[in-house]
Amino acid sequence: MDGEPLQGVRVVVSRDGDRVGTATSGPDGGWRLALPGDGAYEATLDQASLPEGVAVRDAERATLPFTVSSGQQRTLVFSFGDEPAAVSYLRRMAQAAVNGIKFGLIIAMTAIGLSLVYGTTRLVNFAHGDMVTFGAMVALLLNTSGPSLQLIPAGVVAVASGAALGAGMESGLWRPLRRRRTGLIQLLVISIGLAMILRHVILLIMGGRPRPYHDYTVQAPVRLGPVLTTPRDLVVIAVSTVVLVGIGLLLLRTRIGRAMRAVADNRDLAASSGVDVQRVILFVWAMAGALAALGGVLLGVVENVEWLMGFRALLLMFAAVILGGLGTAFGAMAGGIVVGLATEISTIFQPSELKTMWALIAMVVVLLVRPQGILGRRERIG
Amino acid sequence: MSVETHPLAGVAPDPGVAKPDPILVVDGVTRSFGGLQAVDVSHLEVQRGLITALIGPNGAGKTTFFNLLSGFDRPQGGRWSFDGTDISRRPPHSIARLGLVRTFQLTKVLAKMSVIENMMLAARGNPGERFAGSLLPPLWRTVERRTRDRADELLDRFRLAHMREEYAGTLSGGQRKLLEMARALMVEPRMLMLDEPVAGVNPALTQSLLGHVEALRDEGLTLLFVEHDMDVVMGISDWVVCMAEGRVIAEGPPSAIGRNRAVIDAYLGSTHDEPGAEPPAEAR
Amino acid sequence: MKLSRPRPVMLVWAGVLLVVLGVIALSPLDGQRILREAVRTATGGNAAVYALAAIGLNIHFGYTGLLNFGHVGFMLVGAYGLAITVSTLGAPLWAGVLVGLAASLVLALLLGGPTLRLRADYLAIVTIAGAEILRHVTRSGPATDVTGGVFGLTGYARGFDRINPLPGGRYGFWVVDYSARQLWPVLVGWGLVLLASLLVFMLTRSPWGRVLRGIREDEDAVRSIGKNAYSYKMQSLVLGGMLGGIAGMIWVVQLGSIDPDAFLPMVTFFTYTIVILGGPATVVGPVVGAVVFWFVVQGFDTAIREASTSGYVPAFLGGPEAVGALRFLLVGAGLMLLMIYRPEGMFGNRREMQLDVG
Repeated sequence: MDGEPLQGVRVVVSRDGDRVGTATSGPDGGWRLALPGDGAYEATLDQASLPEGVAVRDAERATLPFTVSSGQQRTLVFSFGDEPAAVSYLRRMAQAAVNGIKFGLIIAMTAIGLSLVYGTTRLVNFAHGDMVTFGAMVALLLNTSGPSLQLIPAGVVAVASGAALGAGMESGLWRPLRRRRTGLIQLLVISIGLAMILRHVILLIMGGRPRPYHDYTVQAPVRLGPVLTTPRDLVVIAVSTVVLVGIGLLLLRTRIGRAMRAVADNRDLAASSGVDVQRVILFVWAMAGALAALGGVLLGVVENVEWLMGFRALLLMFAAVILGGLGTAFGAMAGGIVVGLATEISTIFQPSELKTMWALIAMVVVLLVRPQGILGRRERIG
Repeated sequence: MSVETHPLAGVAPDPGVAKPDPILVVDGVTRSFGGLQAVDVSHLEVQRGLITALIGPNGAGKTTFFNLLSGFDRPQGGRWSFDGTDISRRPPHSIARLGLVRTFQLTKVLAKMSVIENMMLAARGNPGERFAGSLLPPLWRTVERRTRDRADELLDRFRLAHMREEYAGTLSGGQRKLLEMARALMVEPRMLMLDEPVAGVNPALTQSLLGHVEALRDEGLTLLFVEHDMDVVMGISDWVVCMAEGRVIAEGPPSAIGRNRAVIDAYLGSTHDEPGAEPPAEAR
Repeated sequence: MKLSRPRPVMLVWAGVLLVVLGVIALSPLDGQRILREAVRTATGGNAAVYALAAIGLNIHFGYTGLLNFGHVGFMLVGAYGLAITVSTLGAPLWAGVLVGLAASLVLALLLGGPTLRLRADYLAIVTIAGAEILRHVTRSGPATDVTGGVFGLTGYARGFDRINPLPGGRYGFWVVDYSARQLWPVLVGWGLVLLASLLVFMLTRSPWGRVLRGIREDEDAVRSIGKNAYSYKMQSLVLGGMLGGIAGMIWVVQLGSIDPDAFLPMVTFFTYTIVILGGPATVVGPVVGAVVFWFVVQGFDTAIREASTSGYVPAFLGGPEAVGALRFLLVGAGLMLLMIYRPEGMFGNRREMQLDVG
């Protein structure tokens, strides 16, 4: 329970109602029982032998049926938890909604880059997730070692590095390959190789264990109505919202933003209208890198920094981008928020370990019903 | 074909007019993109066994119309039938199997396969093309041999035999058009829809191609082709259909179409408002 | 059909191999040990599993142009189909095999249904998501009763061991050495590789294979001459998927125990590297690719460990985590370089490489 071994708990094993044997958990929390032969058995937890305040999480799973054949070893899992308080449905909904918006905004922010890169160059960038991790890692190194910067300046440097990484990839790798007329499938596989390299360089640099930032990690929770949150989470939500609004304004009001949307929408048409397509693409990559890095820092603030964090987020980003429409920035924003909400709300009804799965299932459903997503266009999907 | 024995001799040159023996009947087909109405054909019939030309200015919707009829695009509405069978919602491969085969404006030869492989691929009824059948070579060896002979015959006829083993990607533009036509014939069609069959082809090869088209008609095939070159159109077509802005605006024998007011206007835009103005020489 | 590749390039590869062997021999590291481990892995059961998986993926990617990035998902359903049937349900081995095959078939239909009508990159995303969904579900708490959850399953391989015809004793050649019990799954694995290669050989020389090649290049052209492109793509997905399922089954039978976290996306990426290295759309490519891949990767692993214990390389790089990371760096770099400079791999045909999304 909470990682502490429970000692002295009794388990009774029976077959067809007849008691076959008993075992008691030792100091390490483990117990073993040799069984007389093949067949179907039941293991029942003796709830009276549980320590104070510990109960089986699910009353129906206090007895676990299992089968063995000779020579086989079976492992059984009993789950424990506090006596579940009667938490109201509404309260859990509200909590999940806030968490969902928090994650959704971060995903939305990182997904914009993925969608725009696809829109302008038709490349599905499998390394995008690791660009997120890159940003989180740079901030981590600056914050917890080296110059030990406070997280905010460290974050700013991380975002700048992310932009540099994106721009570097475009000018050093993607542009030369496009000039050679390399096929899109080839480019996709190359991006996978690049992702592998980036991810494992990060692993070598920061190690395999999750690491937290020095600042903003331990905070007292704040209650806002039915919802429990932290000042840090509120800041993350605020920052993400401001950035998203800013990007939206950039895309709608500025020349470069309009050029980006034009190239993402119809490259040849944009080129013939005088847009410098290569410059726009470079800008898109720099922006994608910067947003990914910022998303990584925020994600690292909310959870820990881990070498796999970006790759895990990548699948959710795919879901967001497909839901919203591959190739449009606003689609990515909408899709990201939907994905965030969907995954968090799913935890109310389903075990939280499966929450990513629901987002992915939603993505497959969207592909079945409306493949171009909410805001995408039919012509580009094949 | 002389005017007297022309099967459509008695047919009035009106858009959408009925024909004595239509192989293709189109009703109310519409297709719009965004706000733009690309195709809006209320009625069209194509006579069996003749060469029908489909003309019209750029953007008239001719290729879109082809795509709709052959199943490569879905209309907003309408129905059409081929030789009595409704093919309105059929997928393209099914329509081709029924006997209505089309070629493409930008040729789609399989560049990374050889010319002979392109031809063999188009043959029908090869049991080796089914997964289970493919594992039993005795089942398809004979069919393959027969197919190869037929392919060689066609390649000979179209003067492509010397390129037999070459990758189709090495063919010139004109040769690709020939290959696509020869390949289409391997499918044993009853009607061929050719999208700009001589565009970008040199004059000598053009004559050869047109000769093939006429020969095919004489063998009983129905042909519908899109073309911009008026000389070509006037030269070989038995009937001409003119589209503009998605609609059929005129139909008739080639001689009548050249003088048709609506056709002239469509090609030149509606700037001809002054009465008594001479139509420019090209449209005569 | 196409002529076999020109002789001179084979000599180039032989030359490269000699250079590599020379470098190993002349380096201060224990060359013999590196060579021994590299050869053992390259010819062993694991390589056979990857060869089988690669043959299946080659049908998808090499011959049909399908971007299946969830191939490990086929291996998972094949493996778990067998293990669950035998272990949890107590059925005999052959029933487990049938269930594994059926599960691969169903997965192919489920994945292909919505995506084969869309662009290739959509299939990539859906397949990678699908494989991860499968892994998540398999290792989840609620599924533990059936799949063993994070603890996995054991004990399903006994039927397989029982039919081992090899008499007891040790078998070996040169640097490789097995007991009868260990050799049996290795032999079965490579035997299946041979059968699968034969199957692919026959298929690709048939009219069916010709249609597939046409689809890979231009679906609309093929449709315009009367072929149902969707149906062919689905058949290809099913065939390659079932081969992936078989690979998964042999894998877990070799290991004796199954664990959901063995079926990571990295397995798919390794398989891609193997397919591309050997040469997409060739019969020998996946097999030679698997052998060469594991020779190089294992050799590299051992060399790094040797180098770190001998002090040539900082010790932290020799620890198990770092060796793993370096291995993936090697594979990632290899994949990139291959795709950039030699996408046809060792035996592929560059002119036939169809690398656009379509």
